[in-house]
Amino acid sequence: MRITFRDAAHLIRLVVVVLIAIAAFAGLRSLMVPETFGQYGHYRGAALEENRQRAVSFAGRQACAECHDAVVEAKKPGKHANVGCEACHGPQAKHAEDPSLKPVKPDSATLCARCHEKNSAKPRGFPQVAAKEHNAGMACADCHQPHQPKI
Amino acid sequence: MPQGRRDFLEQAGRWLFLTSAAQAALEFVVAGNASAAPNYNMHTHWWAMTIDITKCIGCGNCVRACAEENGVPKGFFRTWIERYDVPGWEMDRPDVDAPNGGMDGFPDKPAKGKSFFVPKLCNHCAHSPCVQVCPVGATFETPDGLVIVDEQYCLGCRYCVQACPYGCRYINPKTNTVDKCTLCYHRISKGLTTACCEACPTGCRQLADLKNPKDPVHDFLRTNSIQVLKPQMATGSKVYYRGLDGSVR
Ligand code: HEC
Ligand code: HEC
Ligand code: HEC
Ligand code: HEC
Repeated sequence: MRITFRDAAHLIRLVVVVLIAIAAFAGLRSLMVPETFGQYGHYRGAALEENRQRAVSFAGRQACAECHDAVVEAKKPGKHANVGCEACHGPQAKHAEDPSLKPVKPDSATLCARCHEKNSAKPRGFPQVAAKEHNAGMACADCHQPHQPKI
Repeated sequence: MPQGRRDFLEQAGRWLFLTSAAQAALEFVVAGNASAAPNYNMHTHWWAMTIDITKCIGCGNCVRACAEENGVPKGFFRTWIERYDVPGWEMDRPDVDAPNGGMDGFPDKPAKGKSFFVPKLCNHCAHSPCVQVCPVGATFETPDGLVIVDEQYCLGCRYCVQACPYGCRYINPKTNTVDKCTLCYHRISKGLTTACCEACPTGCRQLADLKNPKDPVHDFLRTNSIQVLKPQMATGSKVYYRGLDGSVR
């Protein structure tokens, strides 16, 4: 028995509608899904590179050492040797790129207290002073060298 | 196209001996800017962080450095410090405070019991709950072990803020999208350490690359007793604490 599609017009219409729907879906999908989506997983692969491209504001202690080796040497014998330059001087990537942009001098009264003010939660062995009792009214840097604090 | 023999040889040499990535890197190196060279290979790193509780002095340098490096809006934190005060045997009721995230340090107060600081940040979990709930793929685990937010793709639906067991995510009021610690991806991919580690005076925080066999992290993990936060949640946290007290949540 031969199967004939005598009354197939409605089927053809249905197929056409489905094909148009699929084409529309594929077209919209290619418009809406970003190019690198799925490169590494279910996300936009380009987002990684975008994240990596951002500028830095802390240059890192190796960068400071390139020009300020005298300070690095001065720091070496003291307990501040392992304290990074930018821990006290703040972010200086701009200065490292262009030394004519001078960093502001840290104010030792607030700077030193931040790390050395007495606090019951600090580890016991860490050198701490109560700034009110320890030579009050004088700048810490009058007696202590910031880069080599031992007196 | 007319081309000298010299140009031809140089070009051919480049094509023969350099992969395209190395070629791009060469351009930067020739221009004298090696640190921006795009030859970072994601597949050779697995980033983590170690935090030594016994060294933290609560100075807030890390919180300030993070805000300065990443433009974190006021009142929000990608990393912060908590002060614990555990009165005697009542381990389950510690006093915890973190004035302004510890950014300005901590005013002294008499301790009722044992008192210490706990720096916190995104744990960059290997099986992160926040990634699992994102409906659009705007937050994900990268091949080098970070959990990153795609700011351009995020809807701001806040599912992940709810899902994070450590409270590490916030909605950035400027962009209305989710924001969080990236472990300074833009720094570590250039060979620098994170801003918080750079500013930490005591070496309490250390960036670690678990895929680098020479990284001191392996010794650190092998020779100390180590804990992660909320291990019962099996998030695969990669921020390893030394000397973490049982009272810390
Ligand atoms: C390219 C070389 C270079 C690099 C890198 C560099 N500096 Fe400098 N820096 C200079 C020069 C030159 C001066 C002196 C400027 C002057 O006196 O006019 C200076 C001055 C300073 C001063 C003193 C400013 C004053 O008031 O006298 C500080 C503090 C300082 N640098 C900190 C840093 C830190 C921190 C870093 C690391 C991020 C750094 N520098 C990296 C070249 C450099
Ligand atoms: C403990 C905090 C601290 C650290 C760490 C530190 N500095 Fe300083 N530095 C200071 C202070 C405070 C002053 C200002 C001294 C003054 O007022 O005379 C200063 C001054 C300077 C000056 C001005 C010239 C001078 O010698 O007085 C330079 C340059 C400088 N620092 C560079 C560096 C570099 C480079 C490093 C890293 C190797 C570094 N500092 C690390 C606190 C610090
Ligand atoms: C960013 C934190 C930080 C700042 C700011 C800071 N220090 Fe220190 N200081 C340290 C650390 C860390 C040590 C080492 C402690 C140790 O290893 O026991 C230290 C040690 C010291 C010591 C003990 C030195 C010794 O040999 O026993 C003195 C004194 C000292 N600092 C004074 C100062 C003074 C003065 C300032 C301000 C100019 C200052 N510090 C700023 C972190 C800091
Ligand atoms: C009049 C000079 C003078 C001034 C000003 C001064 N100090 Fe000192 N400081 C000393 C001397 C001297 C010692 C050593 C005393 C000792 O070892 O007992 C010392 C010791 C210290 C120590 C080490 C304590 C320890 O336990 O090892 C710290 C930390 C310290 N000073 C921080 C500061 C800070 C912070 C300031 C500013 C608020 C400051 N000092 C201002 C003279 C001074």
